[in-house]
Parts: sequence; structure tokens; C-alpha cells
Amino acid sequence: MNVLLGLGGSDESVKTLQRTIERTTDVGDDLTVVIVDKPESKRSQDEMYQQAREALDEAGLEDRPVEKLEGDPGSALVDYAEQGEYDQLVIGGGTLSPMGKIQLGPITEFVLLNAPTTVKLVR
Amino acid sequence: MSGSRQYPDEPSGPFPAPPTTIEDREDRPIEIRAVGSFDEGALEDVVEMYLAFDPADRAQGIPPTGESRIRNWLETIGEDSVNVVASHDGDAIGHAMLVPDTDDPSAIEDNADIEWELAIFVLQAYQQAGIGTVLLENLLGHAAEIGIERVWLTVERWNNPAIALYERVGFESTGTESFEQEMAILLETEG
Repeated sequence: MNVLLGLGGSDESVKTLQRTIERTTDVGDDLTVVIVDKPESKRSQDEMYQQAREALDEAGLEDRPVEKLEGDPGSALVDYAEQGEYDQLVIGGGTLSPMGKIQLGPITEFVLLNAPTTVKLVR
Repeated sequence: MSGSRQYPDEPSGPFPAPPTTIEDREDRPIEIRAVGSFDEGALEDVVEMYLAFDPADRAQGIPPTGESRIRNWLETIGEDSVNVVASHDGDAIGHAMLVPDTDDPSAIEDNADIEWELAIFVLQAYQQAGIGTVLLENLLGHAAEIGIERVWLTVERWNNPAIALYERVGFESTGTESFEQEMAILLETEG
């Protein structure tokens, strides 16, 4: 399967990266990682890029590319997915409120409603 | 997150505060009381209520299903939360709560310093009887008594009856919306 992984710079993004690397190692998927530009994130785009590159290299996935995307995160991700032959788009899916309510943000909603492919939300 | 939300300019209130007993639209006597943090008995009552809760009425993953998950959820939020329970014939049939929006609840010096997340659940057989409104008002009245000023919630944005209920007591949309509509209220307090 050809997988596109979209990441911001949150803790959820790090968890989603780890889980996707595990899956890729297990089944040998093709994988492209793109880092969107979300200035309010905990990690900057450059930091997240470095972290993703290092995590892939450590897992022996040196040949899987990582790229940075400019512009509105949801729209940039969907555009990118449309231009490639991807079977699945993976994003982090939901944070928990203090109450324990699952919250899906506006980027998640945009991607779910607009992506041309199957979308996988990683909890 | 703290301090980032848009609150209404004007405070809402005053609201009635527990304890109180009302008659619902089906003439059932409903007792409303604050339980503070959960003591043994109150926790057991509320666990029983959530065991009877129809999973079709869950919102954004809560309440969880199954006794151990329900217990775990209530114990996690229980210690620092503010709880008001509605009972009929001694059984809990409604529960409204506020959970502090902070990483370190033990460091709260003044309840007005932080924001509180609200949720409310009423058992199916007791819905559409006016209990939700009274329970919500009494939770807000109790909150104001203990100095809470800023309360927010999220609600699935297709849930029009719930949104109408929140608007009726003074909640306004904060403008943050995706699948969930975020709403906030500013409470009128003494201090």
C-alpha cells in the first residue's frame, strides 16, 4: 500500500509518526511523510521535520521521503494527496478534553471531508 | 489552552443552587443535590446511572461503556470535579459536572483563575421532562457559589436541542467549531 502521512507538530503527531513507522516496518508499505506548517504547534515545522527524518532513519526506513508543506495545513495536505497515487492518508485523530471528550479539530474535519483517499485517524 | 477562549461580555445569573426538589413534567419528584467530590455512596449511585445509559446518547466518547471504564473515567475526573446529581426515588437519573481545565488541579488557588469544562447527562427515560435545564442551572448556581466564573463546553454541532438548552441559560458560541461547537458562559459571582 502507498501511504501518505501528514503531521503537524503536536504530541499526537509524534505518536502518529511512531505508530505509522511500526506499521510500515511490519508490512513494508510505501510511505511519504509530509510536515504541514502549523505555527501554533508545540514543535516548529523544522523541528518536526528533523524528528521525523531521524525516527525513519532509526527504523531503517532511510528511503522513505519527508517533505515540508507550505500554506493552510488541511488544504496543502489534500492537494498533495491528490497529486500522488496514494491508497491511504494518515493523520492524528483527536485530542482529549479535560472531561475526556474526544475532539476533532478543523484540520481533521477538512481532511476527512476533502481527501480523495481513505483517511486513517490514529488515536 | 487556558485563557484562550472567547467569553461573553455580560455575565449570566443568578442561577438557583442546590439542594432543591422539583416536579418534572411527568409529575415525578426530582431531588437535586451537589455532591462535591465523589464520596463512596455518590460515586456508586452515578456508576449505576451510567451503566443504565443508552450508548446511542454518548457524545464524543463519553460516557464510556462497561463498569470498569465508567469507574475509571469518573475516578479520573472525580477528585477535582464539581458535581450535581438529580435523583428520583433514591436513584441517580441525571449528572452534571465541571472539570478544571488545568494540568495541575492541586495548584488551584482561586476557582476564578481557571476555566472549567462542563458536561451533563440525563437518563433516557427522564429526558424531555425539564430536568436537564434545572440540573444545568443548579450546577451553574453551585459553581457561582464556589467562585467559578468561566465555564465552557463542546457539543456536537448537529445536536440542536442541546445547543438551544445551552443558549437559553446564557452560553454563547466561541467561534471555534469543527465537528464540535464550542460554547462558553461567564458567571455572575459575589466576589
